[in-house]
Amino acid sequence: MLDEKTAAKAPSGFVHRFMDSDLVYSFLRSPVVVISFIITALYFLSAAFAPWIAPHNPFDPASLDLMEAFTPPAWTADGSMKFILGTDDQGRDILSTLIFGSRISLIVGFSAVLFSVVLGVGLGLLAGYAGGWAETIVMRFADVQLTIPAILVALMIDGIARIIVPVELRDEMSIYVLILAIGVSDWPRYARVTRGATLVERNKEYVSAARVIGVHPIKIMFQHVLPNVMGPVLVMGTIGLALAIITEATLSFLGVGVPPTQPSLGTLIRVGNNFLFSGEWWITLFPSLALVILVLAVNLLGDWLRDALNPRLR
Amino acid sequence: MALLEVENLRVEFPTRRGTLLAIDDVSFQIEEGEVLGVVGESGAGKSLTGASIIGLLEPPGRIAAGQIRLEGERIDNLPYDELRRIRGKKIGAIFQDPLTSLNPLYTIGRQLVETIRVHTDDTEAQARDRTVQLLTEVGIPAAERRLGSYPHEFSGGMRQRVVIALALCANPKLIVADEPTTALDVSIQAQIIALLKKLCRDHKTAIMLITHDMGVIAETADRVAVMYAGRIAEIGPVKQVVKHPKHPYTIGLMGAIPIVGRDIERLTQIEGSMPRLTNIPDGCSFNPRCPKVFDRCYVERPDLVPTGETTAACWLHAKEKTGV
Amino acid sequence: MAVMVVVAFVAFLMFNFVGDPVDNMVGQEASYADREAMRDRLGLNDPFLVQFTRFAGNAVQGEFGISYRLQRPVADLISERMPATLELVMASAILAILIGIPLGVYTGIRRDALSSRLVLMFSLVGVSLPTFVIGILLIYVFAVILGVLPSFGRGEAVQLGWWSTGFLTVSGWKAIILPSITLALFQMTLILRLVRSEMLEVMRTDYIKFARARGLSDRTINFGHAFKNTLVPVITIIGLNVGSLIAFSIITETVFQWPGMGFLFIQAVGFADVPVMAAYLVLVALVFVGINLLVDILYFVVDPRLRVDRSVAMGGDE
Repeated sequence: MLDEKTAAKAPSGFVHRFMDSDLVYSFLRSPVVVISFIITALYFLSAAFAPWIAPHNPFDPASLDLMEAFTPPAWTADGSMKFILGTDDQGRDILSTLIFGSRISLIVGFSAVLFSVVLGVGLGLLAGYAGGWAETIVMRFADVQLTIPAILVALMIDGIARIIVPVELRDEMSIYVLILAIGVSDWPRYARVTRGATLVERNKEYVSAARVIGVHPIKIMFQHVLPNVMGPVLVMGTIGLALAIITEATLSFLGVGVPPTQPSLGTLIRVGNNFLFSGEWWITLFPSLALVILVLAVNLLGDWLRDALNPRLR
Repeated sequence: MALLEVENLRVEFPTRRGTLLAIDDVSFQIEEGEVLGVVGESGAGKSLTGASIIGLLEPPGRIAAGQIRLEGERIDNLPYDELRRIRGKKIGAIFQDPLTSLNPLYTIGRQLVETIRVHTDDTEAQARDRTVQLLTEVGIPAAERRLGSYPHEFSGGMRQRVVIALALCANPKLIVADEPTTALDVSIQAQIIALLKKLCRDHKTAIMLITHDMGVIAETADRVAVMYAGRIAEIGPVKQVVKHPKHPYTIGLMGAIPIVGRDIERLTQIEGSMPRLTNIPDGCSFNPRCPKVFDRCYVERPDLVPTGETTAACWLHAKEKTGV
Repeated sequence: MAVMVVVAFVAFLMFNFVGDPVDNMVGQEASYADREAMRDRLGLNDPFLVQFTRFAGNAVQGEFGISYRLQRPVADLISERMPATLELVMASAILAILIGIPLGVYTGIRRDALSSRLVLMFSLVGVSLPTFVIGILLIYVFAVILGVLPSFGRGEAVQLGWWSTGFLTVSGWKAIILPSITLALFQMTLILRLVRSEMLEVMRTDYIKFARARGLSDRTINFGHAFKNTLVPVITIIGLNVGSLIAFSIITETVFQWPGMGFLFIQAVGFADVPVMAAYLVLVALVFVGINLLVDILYFVVDPRLRVDRSVAMGGDE
C-alpha cells in the first residue's frame, strides 16, 4: 500500500531520476561548479566552431599585414576595435590565435587522456583479471614509471621521437607525437585503479558464478568490472585532462611541442614571452590567462566530481 | 538524585530531504554504580544516545531538545572546552573496536600517561606508577615491561583491556561502553565483560552498556532499556524484562536468545525489519511487525507507562489509563 | 634498484639505436671502411650484452661520452651545472614543505572555516597554474614592472671546490627568489591538498574519536595524534615531489635561464644530443632511487608497525 503511494507520487523516467540524484543536487548547489561547467563548455564550443567564431583567420598569410603588428588591445590608447585583444609580431589577431590555440590544446589534451585511459584501463583489466606474469610485468612497469614525473617521461618520448622522425615530417607529426608522449606518460594511474577494482570484483560471488556458468572472461570484464571503475576513472580523467593540457602547454613552451605554424596556447605563450621585456605584454598575457582559466575550470569540475562521487570525505 | 539523568532527549540529523529524527523523546536515569544495559537493533539509536552523553555526536547530528544532567548539572549545553574536561574525567568511554581505538604510533604507556596527566596534577613519575597499577588491574601481565609496547604488539583482547584502563584513568563516575566486545572472539568476550563488571564494582563506577546482545545484558546489567526506532520501548530491572517482558518487541527479542537447557525446536525471530528513519510509520513505530497490533497502534503513539515492575510503551498495557 | 636498471637500459637503447652514433661523429663523407673502423673502435660491433655492460660500467664511473652539440665531455658539463639545479631544488623544496604542510594541517582541522575555503580556492588556482606561466607572471611583475628582482641567471656564484654556490652573495640570493617560488608553488599546493585530505581521513578514525573521549585537548589531538598519523603518506608524496621538482626545474630553468642541468637537458632535446640526454636521465634516476631509499628509512622511524624485529607479539589472552 505504502509502495503504491510513493510510486504514484514520483514521476517515473530516467530524466527525473537523474535530475533528482545527489550528483545534480550538489552540482546546482555550487555556483562555482556551474560557472566552471559553462566556461569549459564555452571552450569546447569555440574549439569546435573555431573557423566560424574567430574574427580573423590568423593562418591565412594573405590577410596578415605587418603594418598592423604589435597593435595593443582595443581599450588602450593605440588600440583598434578591429583587434580587440591586439595583434602579435606578425600582425595576427590575438583573439583569433587564442581560439585556434585553445582548439589545438583541447584536441591534444583530450586525445592524450583518451589514449591514457584506454591504455591504462586495458592494461589494468588485464593485470587484475589475468594475474600471473602479465600482472607482474604490467604493474612493475607502472611502478617504475610512476616514480618518474610524467613531464619527464613525456619529454623523453618526445625527444626520442624527434630523433626517429625525419626532419621534413617533424612539424606534421608533432601533434601525434605529443598525444603519444602525454598519453603514455599518464597511463599508470589508470592501470593501478583499474587493477585494484578488478581484483576486488574478481573475488565477488557473482563473478565466480558468471565464470562457473561459462560466461566469457572478456564479457565478465566489460559487463561487471568495467562499470565499477568508471567513477574513479571519470574523476581521474577530468583532472587528467587539466594535467594533459598543462603538459602540452609546457612542452610547447619548451619548444618541443607543436610548431609555431599550428600554435597551441603554450606555443603562443612561448612566442609572446620574447616580447615581454619590450612592453608588448598582451601577446603573452592573454594566452596565459586563457590557459589558466581553462585549466582552472576543468580542475574545479574534477574536484567537484571527486567530492560528489566520493561522499566519504565530505 | 541519580548520577545521570537523560530527559526528553531528541537528536536530529538535518539532510537535504528534511530532518531525520534519530532519537525521539528518550528519558532514563542511571544511578551511581549501576549497570544499565541498552539493547536494540542497529540503527535503533543506542550508539547515538551514548554519543550524546559524552558530547561526541558527529555533525550534522545535533541535540535538538531535552537535557542531559550529570550529578544534577546540565552537560548537554556546555561549551566545548568544559565538556572536554568532563570527558575522560567524569565520563569514560569504550568503543567497539579495540584494534582501532588506540593510536598505532604511540606506545600504550605514553597514551595512558598522557590521559592521566590531562585530568590530574600527577607528575610524569606518578602517572607512570598509576599506569602500571591500572594495567595490572585490567589483567595485563608484566605491566611494567609492556609500557613501551605499541598497540600492534598486543592481541585484540589485550588491547581492549588497555582501552578499559584508558577509560578508567581518572576514576570516572560513568563509563559509556559502546559494543565493547562485539569485535572480539566469543571466548574473550566473557572475560572482558567479567573484567568490566568487577572493575566497576571495585571503583563504584556506573556503566551504560550498549549492545545488541541480550545475553550480555542478562549477565551483566542491573536494569535494561530496550530501544526501537529512536525510542525506548521498554525499560526496567533486568530480571523482570528478561523473564516477563511486556512490550511485544521485547518478547520477540527474548525469543531470539538461545538458552542452554531449554528444549525448543528453534529460536523464534521477529518478522520484518526496523523501519528506516525516513519512513517511520504513524502511531506506534513497531506496528508493522507487531503480532498483537490493533487499531489504536496505527493512530496514536504510546508513551512509556509503568506496568508491573517494568515500564513499557505499548497500548496493550495502557488500557486502564484511557484518558484520550 | 629495478628502476635504476630499467632507466639505464632505456638510456642505453637511446644511445645505441636512436640514430647511428657514428653518423653523428664522423660526418656524411666518411667511407664505409672508416665507419666500420669507427664502429669497431667504439665497440658497436660487440654482442649486445657486452655493449650494455660496458655502457653501465662507464655510467657508474660517470662516463657518458661527448656531447654532440658542445663537443665537451658530458660528465664535465653535468658537474658544472649540477650545483645550480640542486640549490634551486633545495630552496624550492624547503619553501614548499614549510608553507604547504602548515596550511594543509590548518585547512584539515578547520575545514569549514572561511579562511580554509579561501586557502583551498587559492590552492586550486595553484594547481591550475602551469609552472612556466607562474614564472612569466613573476618576471612581468617583479622584473619588468617593479624592476626589483633579476629575471635571469643565478647572480654571482662563489666556487667552493667543485661546487659553485649562489648562497654567498646578495645577487645570488636575489636571483634565486623568483625561480624558487616559481618551482615551489605547484608542489606546495599539492602538499597542501594531500596533507589536508590525509588530516580529514585521520580525523575520522576511531582512535581520534577515542582520544576525544579520553578528554585530550584539541591541540594534543590535532598535532600529537592526528598529524603524526598523516606523516607516512605525506613523506611519500614529499619524496615524489622532490623528484618532480627536479623534473620541473627543467621548465623553471628555461624560463629564468638558470644555468643548471635542466636547461642543458632541454637544449639537448632540441638538438637530439643523445649523450647528454642519456646522462641526465641516468642521473635523475639515481636521485630518485636515493630519495626512495630515504623515504623508506623515514617510514621506519615514523611507524613502529614497520619495525619488524620488535613486533614479536607477546602475551596471548591468558
